[in-house]
Amino acid sequence: MTARDEVLGRIRAANAAAGHPAPQEVPRDYHRAGAHPAGAPELLELFRDRLVDYKATVLEAPADDVAKAVRAALADATGRVVVPPGLPDGWWPDGLAATRVTDDGLSPADLDTAAAVLTGCAAACATTGTIALDGSPDQGRRAITLVPDVHVCVVRTDQVVQTVPEMLAALEPTRPITFVSGPSATSDIELERVEGVHGPRTLIVVLTG
Amino acid sequence: MSTFLGIPAPRGVGHLRGDRSFPDAARGALADSQLRRNLGHATRVIRGKRAAVVGELDDWEQLRLAGSALKAATMARLDEHLERLEQEVTARGGTVHWARDANEANAIVTRLVQETGASEVVKVKSMATQEIGLNEALEAAGIEAHETDLAELIVQLGGDLPSHILVPAIHRNRAEIREIFLREMPGVDPELTAEPRKLAMAARAHLRERFLRAKVAISGANFGVADTGTLLVVESEGNGRMCLTLPETLITVMGIEKVVPTWQDLEVFLQLLPRSSTGERMNPYTSAWTGVTPGDGPQAFHLVLLDNGRTAVLGDDLGRSALHCIKCSACLNVCPVYERTGGHAYGSVYPGPIGAVLSPQLTGVEDNASLPYASSLCGACFDACPVRIDIPSLLVKLRAQHVDEQRKRAVPSAEAIAMAAASWVMSSPRRFAAAEKGSRAGRLLGRRAGRIRTLPPPLSAWTASRDAPRPPSETFREWWARERGGDS
Repeated sequence: MTARDEVLGRIRAANAAAGHPAPQEVPRDYHRAGAHPAGAPELLELFRDRLVDYKATVLEAPADDVAKAVRAALADATGRVVVPPGLPDGWWPDGLAATRVTDDGLSPADLDTAAAVLTGCAAACATTGTIALDGSPDQGRRAITLVPDVHVCVVRTDQVVQTVPEMLAALEPTRPITFVSGPSATSDIELERVEGVHGPRTLIVVLTG
Repeated sequence: MSTFLGIPAPRGVGHLRGDRSFPDAARGALADSQLRRNLGHATRVIRGKRAAVVGELDDWEQLRLAGSALKAATMARLDEHLERLEQEVTARGGTVHWARDANEANAIVTRLVQETGASEVVKVKSMATQEIGLNEALEAAGIEAHETDLAELIVQLGGDLPSHILVPAIHRNRAEIREIFLREMPGVDPELTAEPRKLAMAARAHLRERFLRAKVAISGANFGVADTGTLLVVESEGNGRMCLTLPETLITVMGIEKVVPTWQDLEVFLQLLPRSSTGERMNPYTSAWTGVTPGDGPQAFHLVLLDNGRTAVLGDDLGRSALHCIKCSACLNVCPVYERTGGHAYGSVYPGPIGAVLSPQLTGVEDNASLPYASSLCGACFDACPVRIDIPSLLVKLRAQHVDEQRKRAVPSAEAIAMAAASWVMSSPRRFAAAEKGSRAGRLLGRRAGRIRTLPPPLSAWTASRDAPRPPSETFREWWARERGGDS
């Protein structure tokens, strides 16, 4: 008999021994939606506050001039800045010292030599200060937002929802998804929080729209 | 198959038992003042952080009730959810393996690694692989396993054992960690200071090359979503993302109880888990992947579903709720017993209050008989538990099970003899009065301090770690007879 059949058989026997407990009705009277619609000023205020609390940097940009804030975010970047294949037109600023490199399957070693990465996002949650990336063309592969030390992420205000349930509902589960809340951090030494271990040590959010 | 009915499910094997009883193991920990300082500081800090972020949510109790109901509902249909998970993972290019116990899981993972030709793997911190002793099994097969979580790295380099579910090196302070790094990390800067930032950067440099060259990664899973086949790992440092994203092959070992029915159910657990475990609104990184995605991440994905005693726990009508545990470790940080003894005394990879119920349930209580007593039954663990596991009640139940098993023994224990004697004395008012008077002899002890520091054997077992009160000069019955005797 296969292990599969045996484990499933044991589960059925166990549930039979426990008297076939009926699945309980799940009470979902927690907040499934926030008090504010996506992009409401109250949410943007909360989102900024949460991001800063987790040591991310927040820059603002009008919808038609994202490049201005991106230029400020990448002012110190020298060398190469990786961008996903579907970076929206108008996000890349003129006159940067850094070179734009579009990801076409760069190796981990190549990514390790890049100064920064510039992407969009799929959704964001204000209550927790979280950004969700799902591998869409403006976000690229997971590796590109992981290996370079600086991640500049453009978030449209209409992507910012209030609660975790709203953020999850905005995503397609079968895509590769990364939830990011502030830069990489550890609390493993005497529970003292240190920002920046293996992931990007700097997260800059450009809020636009 | 119907042949399973009536056959008890096999118990779990692996790192679930210590070589000493809890009281023996705790004695050394209690005498270690450095350890007690580290633990006291760490648990106090994390308790404060947790309380603050839980206080921010006005629907915390509703989330706990939903989490508890979701877990119960999942267990009631666990077979169906696992079959669905298998179907969805397979449909999206993954391969699912089933393991009856630790040995079988280790054999599967070892074979999968060998088939890639790799002689080393990078690992994401995972309780399941700790439980089955995977690193040791891989080492025996000539495969080097690199732990990449900072705390697990500290434990691994120190030749040590984890002592906490969330922060396994909680028993070490910065000076001890610096010593370990200087001794064990090749090429580390000899000027390295004990500042946490400097130590974290040393770990970053140490692991960077390993991440970039790794061909195979091994992880656990915090959740596996049945209706989409999605696996999730919740972490902070980015070491998880490195392992889950860069290598060509990913092998995930997941306890069968980690399945959740739907993607929507994560909206409950992704709120309960970070706030309960690290005291954060959300942990810095969570990765979710479904099978393989062409062009993004590992192109070979294996999911190993692990039983190892879980179905035995499931078969226990009252005890099955211990499987609801989402391994947040909130119960450890509020437990007065854990705070004083640390995790090693529990002898299992699952320490603290949840370990004191889960380990004996996974192994059978006779194999972990002292753990259900490793509690003051104060109830703080139940209040802290995000899925409302009634740990104190489960502990009492396990104690009763243990006592029942003791009764069956041919040679009665000292405790059984004492209880039988107490029962004989208390069943007769005359005998009880005589015993009360006799207890006055105890006043000879503890005359100066007003309490007794050491009783003669076998009662010395009681006074080894606490004082006994000096018996009063007058028994209650004597007092009653003197004060109220005339009224009756």
